[in-house]
Amino acid sequence: MSFDWKTYQPLLIPNIPGLADIKVYEQHGGYVQYKKVLGDQTTWTPEAVTNEVKSSGLRGRGGAGFNTGLKWSFMPKPDGGPRYIAANGDESEPGTFKDRTIFEFNPHSFIEGALIAAYAMRITAVYVYIRGEYRSWIRMMEKAIADAYAAGHIGKNIHGSGFSTDMYVHSGAGAYICGEESSLMESLEGKRGYPRVKPPFPAQRGLWGRPTTINNIETLANVPLILRIGAEAYSQIGAKTHPGPLLYGISGHVNKPGVYEFPSGMPIETLIHEVCGGVKGGKKVKAVIPGGSSTPPLRGDQLAGVCMDSDSLRTAGSMLGTAGMVVMDEDTDLVDVLTRIAHFYHHESCGQCTPCREGTGWLEKTLKKIRRGDGTPRDLELLLDICTQMEGRTICALADAAAWPVRYTITRFREDFEARVKTPVHAHA
Amino acid sequence: MATYVFTAEQLAQIEAIKSRYPSVQSATMPVLWLAQDAFGHVDADVQQLVADTLGLPASHVHGVATFYTQYYKEKKGKHVLDVCTCLSCHISGGYDMLHHLENRLGIKAGETTPDGLFTIQSVECLGACGYAPMMQITNDVFVNELTPEKLDQVIDTLKKGGSPDFEPIGLVNNRETA
Ligand SMILES: Cc1cc2nc3c(=O)[nH]c(=O)nc-3n(C[C@H](O)[C@H](O)[C@H](O)COP(=O)(O)O)c2cc1C
Ligand code: SF4
Ligand code: FES
Repeated sequence: MSFDWKTYQPLLIPNIPGLADIKVYEQHGGYVQYKKVLGDQTTWTPEAVTNEVKSSGLRGRGGAGFNTGLKWSFMPKPDGGPRYIAANGDESEPGTFKDRTIFEFNPHSFIEGALIAAYAMRITAVYVYIRGEYRSWIRMMEKAIADAYAAGHIGKNIHGSGFSTDMYVHSGAGAYICGEESSLMESLEGKRGYPRVKPPFPAQRGLWGRPTTINNIETLANVPLILRIGAEAYSQIGAKTHPGPLLYGISGHVNKPGVYEFPSGMPIETLIHEVCGGVKGGKKVKAVIPGGSSTPPLRGDQLAGVCMDSDSLRTAGSMLGTAGMVVMDEDTDLVDVLTRIAHFYHHESCGQCTPCREGTGWLEKTLKKIRRGDGTPRDLELLLDICTQMEGRTICALADAAAWPVRYTITRFREDFEARVKTPVHAHA
Repeated sequence: MATYVFTAEQLAQIEAIKSRYPSVQSATMPVLWLAQDAFGHVDADVQQLVADTLGLPASHVHGVATFYTQYYKEKKGKHVLDVCTCLSCHISGGYDMLHHLENRLGIKAGETTPDGLFTIQSVECLGACGYAPMMQITNDVFVNELTPEKLDQVIDTLKKGGSPDFEPIGLVNNRETA
């Protein structure tokens, strides 16, 4: 890559002090794209906006990586009734902590993007679902939305355009599953967050039975940029099949963890050894989880040339997920780490489906047994067997998210597990 | 049985909350939050108050309150210390931080000190993985990059009636320290 990360100027979260303030945002070209669209609705028909986003190649940043414009085009024709966007700021997948930087440093880019999306899909209200733990950031978003109302960007007949929409924040209250789109809608409807069986899909029957589109916060924050530089220029940023700037949340054993913005497709080794200043204590990398806890870990000795885009990671045997990268050094006890991951998914399973409810429990129990030193080689086979019985057999993808790390940590770091089923070691409670 | 009532001002806030949604049921979560802020918890009596105020079955409100971990279904300590022990925090010493707090306060995770001042909980990822190990205080402020010394300072501050400030982490791409 001829790209020089050191001179890269962030586009999603530009380095402008005070940008969270609506006045500063407007001084730097904020809400101009939105007004451009509203002011020339003959050029910028809802279909034209949707097509621009579609041809930019923008793919969802919430984990599944679906083409955003294409998703918008699934919304049925307006029938005069209410239609919704549920913006997903649940951000609960372990290793993921990027959307909060948008709330904190550039909330209006998200609001502007959500409003353009609302125009493109003739949305009557946008609900911004933010995990309850982000109370500090919920306050920031409530202020930003109130300021956008006061500036006339949200409400009735916005800037005399004839377009009206509302925007509200809805706070979660501690449940990972509510990041799953249908669970999120149940939660918005004031219920326990049990995922819904699909079909019907949200575009047909979503919130309160009405057409709904669910997009991640970072996804929507990209929309003003697409309209500013054009779909063509946007599609040239970063990796071809997964273009655009990307927020990389990097944690674990690196010297400078944090959220970094670069084009998609950054080589993992550049991120670790250059951007993040290398591994703490100069140690070697043992494993990297590229995109949140559910994405299969990669071996530290097989990172050469692997880049943070969906194609490269698929070839390497993993997924981009949320680009929440967790780096683990050579001294990391992967049996212990995997046990902790299994505990997370067991704790967060909503319990509707037997393979998930029982499977996540068995994964945790069996891994704890191995960690204690009471495991047998047969337990490794049992774990893989449980994974097979969970994958693709449930209402939502939490069961897969729980099974993948188990399957791939065991198969890729087999020696660690085999050593453990023979040599007992005691670890944390 | 304790009796809980909403003030006129809180009732006005509840009306404002209801106006944001096409169904009253959707007000359940925000009103549970409002009640927890007002009374410190949402035990069975508070759940009943929420149900009566919204005109919803108590069983519905109970079902929602029990699904979400951040609602306190019973009284907790004045300060609830939620220490993240999930993936990134775990590999960065999250359990060491938890154990330091347990030793300092003489209680185990899930327990409350006899003076009712502190509850400690071991929690799942809080979305601050790059600033691990970390904790959250009573569903509010995040305390990042914990060390035993920093934990001691936080305890001392809380005991004196103070509260740690929101910790800014700096713009993206500008992170200088580890
Ligand atoms: C168990 C589970 C948890 C999820 N959590 C989140 C989340 O916290 N944030 C998010 O944006 N998407 C999450 N998703 C993905 C959403 O279901 C959905 O695909 C996404 O919000 C769509 O937005 P996008 O197309 O912009 O990525 C989760 C999915 C599953 C199965
Ligand atoms: S897969 Fe798990 S989390 Fe998803 S609906 Fe079924 S039981 Fe619930
Ligand atoms: S793992 Fe602790 S904040 Fe994410």
